[in-house]
Amino acid sequence: MKQRTLLKLAWQSILKNKMRTLLTMLGIVIGVGAVIVMVAVGNGAQSQIAASITSLGTNLIVVSPGSSAQGGVSQGAGTFNRLTTADAVQLKLDGTMLSAVSPVIQTRAVVIGPAGNWRTSINGVSPDYFTIRDWSVTSGDIFDDTDVKAARKIALLGATVAKNLFPGVDAVGAQIQIGHVPFIVSAVLAVKGQNSTGADQDDVILMPYTTAQNRLSGNVRLGQILVSTFSPGDIPAAQAEITDIMRNVHKLGDSPDDFTVRNQTEIAAAATATTSVMSGLLAAIASISLVVGGIGIMNIMLVSVTERTREIGIRMAIGARGSDVLTQFLVESVVMSILGGIGGLIAGYAGSLLLAHFTGWSTAVPASAVLIAVGFSAGVGVFFGYYPARKAAALNPIEALRYE
Amino acid sequence: MTSPGAPADVARAVIEITGVTKVYSMGTNKVFALRGVDLTVRAGELLCIMGSSGSGKSTLMNVLGCLDVPTSGHYVLDGIAVDGLDRNALADLRNQKLGFVFQGFNLLARTSAVENVELPLLYDREHRWSDPRKLAVEALGRVGLGDRLDHQPSELSGGQQQRVAIARALVTKPTILLADEPTGNLDSHMTVEVMALFQDLNAQGITIVIVSHEPDVAKYAKRVVEVRDGKIIHDDPVTERHSAAEDLLALGKVDPVVVTDATPVAVGAA
Repeated sequence: MKQRTLLKLAWQSILKNKMRTLLTMLGIVIGVGAVIVMVAVGNGAQSQIAASITSLGTNLIVVSPGSSAQGGVSQGAGTFNRLTTADAVQLKLDGTMLSAVSPVIQTRAVVIGPAGNWRTSINGVSPDYFTIRDWSVTSGDIFDDTDVKAARKIALLGATVAKNLFPGVDAVGAQIQIGHVPFIVSAVLAVKGQNSTGADQDDVILMPYTTAQNRLSGNVRLGQILVSTFSPGDIPAAQAEITDIMRNVHKLGDSPDDFTVRNQTEIAAAATATTSVMSGLLAAIASISLVVGGIGIMNIMLVSVTERTREIGIRMAIGARGSDVLTQFLVESVVMSILGGIGGLIAGYAGSLLLAHFTGWSTAVPASAVLIAVGFSAGVGVFFGYYPARKAAALNPIEALRYE
Repeated sequence: MTSPGAPADVARAVIEITGVTKVYSMGTNKVFALRGVDLTVRAGELLCIMGSSGSGKSTLMNVLGCLDVPTSGHYVLDGIAVDGLDRNALADLRNQKLGFVFQGFNLLARTSAVENVELPLLYDREHRWSDPRKLAVEALGRVGLGDRLDHQPSELSGGQQQRVAIARALVTKPTILLADEPTGNLDSHMTVEVMALFQDLNAQGITIVIVSHEPDVAKYAKRVVEVRDGKIIHDDPVTERHSAAEDLLALGKVDPVVVTDATPVAVGAA
């Protein structure tokens, strides 16, 4: 029997029982739809996290202080801080793959402005910092190397700080007091939003690292050094280069590194791992409904075999082989489940749009969802259609013809 | 081996069974449906197998129709030994050599007449037929239903449904046409109508075997075989053979095609 004829026969039989076919397909529609919505939610969460990690900086490498050990017990990261501004300067000088290097001096202080006071983080950085973190200002100007050399008492307010200290007015040019030191506000930074852990990145004041060191922290050690490479492909080589330079500067010889070099991908990986477990779980739960839909198909096909016993007898009497009957029923269940899969694809797409609209979650239906939906539903059709089809093919033509 | 009703000795044997038995096991009981049947049917015959319920005539029909295999004995259909063939080979034989007409018409519901008729052609494994639709239309024309191609079984009278079934049996140009109680579900008028069609087809050279318990049917055949208790007890030519077409005229109708036109029919698709 020709393929086209088989498809035609299956289609005729599907059309003959429109209502029943629709209800059967509904199981697959819901199953495939649920899987797609769940995959879209998981996918959306992942790309949101990826975006927030990118907001940390482009092609970012972070050099942090290393750990110390006392009597064989590691004291944890940051306990042995030998990072200095000299390291940053040397990296900038010797690095061939590094486009920007900025030391970061971190401290906290109470800031007093005209409208009140506000406790916030103070970061002392170099002008490269703005390149690395792709951060701009909404008013005022970024400082330059002369400001760093002069250790000028200027402050760049994060959007949150500006909002709290200068509600409704432009802060640029105003005077504030950080600790006991008077500062001039030179700029207000653009909104950066939350980072991947939910911390407000705009609750910060930036200033030249020399100023922070001399006027506020008094500490020569750096919290970290941020480095940017020219392209993402340079990151692994750049990490090796940074390690080399740092070991030289610190004259480490055979001793282990007293610093750690991490890149953005490693930071991202940890965050993504969590969401992929979550979206995997969601998809697994959703695929249960796909299995239930498949059982629905099997159920209906079994009923259909019983109901059409006489038809099967007729077909066999006029020369259909068992394999012809088997193929016919299998094609029917596959056509039905593929149609259900396509319906589920549309339903899933619409569902994820609705979900995004009403919950504000970001959802993204991956392109592979089309293949997954159609492939899975065809698989369900074959798997759950085989047993009923097999049963139909094994009928004895005489008994089938006599069946009332 | 000459058969009393055969037109001539030169006619080829299309069915030849010898010593066929069929035993059904029902638990420990054994039921003998056929107890050694010998039968030869030659090309061009119009044979009626008579017998009451339980005589074994239906089992004989199933064996002749390659739907069932005998417990013992030999069966040669159109020169092919049927003994020991598997399910698939039997299905192919049914498709190529046999045409079936059943008591209950056995048409596919919600399927147009022409689609019903072309069905056996679609199951042909050797792709002998290039245009199933054209052949199906021709076959329906041959049984006088050329104007009912797109009607579904529910839109046709019993006699018309049986003629669709006959068209389906004829469409593959079978060696032999087997009819199992073809008039069992029809009133006397339609019975004569269908028998007239069988006589007409037989006159065109088609070999027909009818199984029936109605003496009314037997009188239109050329030869009658009677089965009782799984054995053939009579095998005689019909001496006073009736012409169904003449009987129809006597009933006041001109011919089957006109009859169908006069029958009120729910006209669905045209």
